[in-house]
Amino acid sequence: MSADAKIVKVAGRAVPVRGNDIDTDRIIPARYLKEVTFARMGEYPFFDERFDAAGKPRPHPLNDPKHKGASILFVNRNFGCGSSREHAPQALYRFGIHAIVGESFAAIFAGNCVMMGLPTVTLGSAEIEELMRLAESRPQTVFSLDLEAKSLSFGERQLRFDIPDSHRNALISGFWDSTAMLHANLDKVRKVAVGLPYMTAFRG
Amino acid sequence: MAQNSGRTLYDKIWQSHTIDILPTGQTQLFIGLHLIHEITTAPAFDMLREKGLKIAFPERTFATLDHIVPTDMRARPFLDSQAEELTQALEKNVAQFGVEFFGLDSDKQGIVHVIGPQLGLTQPGMTLACGDSHTSTHGAFGMLAFGIGTSQVRDVLATQSLAMDKLKVRRINVSGTLAEGVYAKDVILNIIRRLGVAGGKGFAYEYGGAVVEKMSMEERMTVCNMSIEGGAMAGYVNPDETTFAFLKGREFAPKGADFEQAVAYWKSVASDPNARYDDVVEMNGSEIEPTVTWGINPGQAVGISEKLPLPEEFADPEGARKAYEHMGWQPGKPILGTPVDVAFIGSCTNSRLSDLRAAAKIVKGRRVQSGVRALVVPGSAAVKALAEKEGLDRIFTQAGFEWREAGCSMCLAMNPDKLQGREICASSSNRNFIGRQGSPGGRTILMSPAMAAAAALSGKIVDVREYLR
Ligand code: SF4
Repeated sequence: MSADAKIVKVAGRAVPVRGNDIDTDRIIPARYLKEVTFARMGEYPFFDERFDAAGKPRPHPLNDPKHKGASILFVNRNFGCGSSREHAPQALYRFGIHAIVGESFAAIFAGNCVMMGLPTVTLGSAEIEELMRLAESRPQTVFSLDLEAKSLSFGERQLRFDIPDSHRNALISGFWDSTAMLHANLDKVRKVAVGLPYMTAFRG
Repeated sequence: MAQNSGRTLYDKIWQSHTIDILPTGQTQLFIGLHLIHEITTAPAFDMLREKGLKIAFPERTFATLDHIVPTDMRARPFLDSQAEELTQALEKNVAQFGVEFFGLDSDKQGIVHVIGPQLGLTQPGMTLACGDSHTSTHGAFGMLAFGIGTSQVRDVLATQSLAMDKLKVRRINVSGTLAEGVYAKDVILNIIRRLGVAGGKGFAYEYGGAVVEKMSMEERMTVCNMSIEGGAMAGYVNPDETTFAFLKGREFAPKGADFEQAVAYWKSVASDPNARYDDVVEMNGSEIEPTVTWGINPGQAVGISEKLPLPEEFADPEGARKAYEHMGWQPGKPILGTPVDVAFIGSCTNSRLSDLRAAAKIVKGRRVQSGVRALVVPGSAAVKALAEKEGLDRIFTQAGFEWREAGCSMCLAMNPDKLQGREICASSSNRNFIGRQGSPGGRTILMSPAMAAAAALSGKIVDVREYLR
């Protein structure tokens, strides 16, 4: 069973995208799901909010030169709700986002993120507000996440964040791309299948 | 036995499908049925090829085309070259990997969540996964069904299993009886309004109570379909006689003596009468009135006779203000009378035969308001054929509706069916997100198919009960 790269630390500058319940249709409009691969997704995150109908850039944190090169995204509540499209985390990741810090995440979105090696971690709303303000007023600030210690440090400050144990284990052990891990158990999969009545006794 | 020590359907299926506890602490869960479509799968097959893997149980995956297909001109190659390319990718992948495929020339083609139940593939006591968040629909049959991402599609193909965390179970009891003109869609919109779009996070929803027990399978599917809009990864109804009667005789359902054996298993998976729940919510179905959304998520809903709420009434006033800014209407005003440009009857929430019948009942002998573009898009080729046998297509076309081929259509507008500019759409679909119906400025008002039909006839949001009197 081979492991992927272990993801223990992510450090970089941050960009805040404010608002609760930001859905995956907003993160990536459905028309970009027509592409056969994920290769170009990095060009599209928040496309309809970042560009007008004529393709002219609109004011948006991801367009703001002061946040250029930021690799950590700060968000509010229930980020990534709606469609299960993995294109959404793919778009953010390929745009250059390597960790997302928010108040809460929709379940399918957060699960998709882990499988790409993209940590989503949570903090309280007051702390997120502090982080967003700091990233806005001092965009050069470097934030460092340590998944082992569950800590986010910047300057002299250090905050403790939450992350589901299974996500944390997968990332720091390098088993976030789960296929190898599941595949190693294929014999056990077959055994469970044989024990299920609909797989054997009364197949339609 | 102690009180409330029984197990839920969720617990039972979780346990019987558990393969192992993984090094990450997650459970490896067997997936009994896997449904795929053209949108979320191409990269998954590429990943299989890259890793040199085969499909572990090819006979447990079924494929169809729904999201991107045109619903008017279906000649190949499609006018949209990207749609053609994605379709060809699926056709190539199912041929190469040996997956049964219900393509455009099959009478089994349709929206993935409509055809699974219709073919009898969806059965109680199973686990089901599909790269689409509305997979929760299948829970109507008393199974665990959840939407997954593309990397997980790869996992199911390669191993017929997924790495998952166990959910908690919230029982939602809807008591009473529904008034005339109130449908399953109104029930689920009210559940989401009450519990919030993130309220179901970490939960599976078990729907029950007198209203749900009385529902047909189609209605239960509408309710379970939108579980994910309430943040719950899965939703289900315990299997009962209604479920068994629906499945009997369907193509992929067990036959003869096998059917009896299957029913015994299906009964055994239902939640015990003394099951322990992590949370219980009580709702009175008799109080529900026809309901529509006013904002940019499905939880932002009001009863048809209510006034639009003030932003200050919400825990997140900023979110409500953003919704008003996009929709362009005023808090405190009624939603009744809001003009509509488009009416869309379709989607995996409300495109089954019973939905089309309910809409046709309103439409019969009337005319679509001039200036309104009205579409009926059946959920599957079979629904379309059955509706035509009953003459529903003529009721719609004589009234001025367009009658289309099966597909997702304007639910997510990946095909040519889109809103233009700031158009307002009365829609029987499930998402009113900004841009969802194909125009960044477009506006979606979610409602039951009968309400969407009434909106098409009047050119504005009306109370469907006016048409039933
Ligand atoms: S009808 Fe809409 S929600 Fe349902 S599967 Fe198609 S796109 Fe998804």
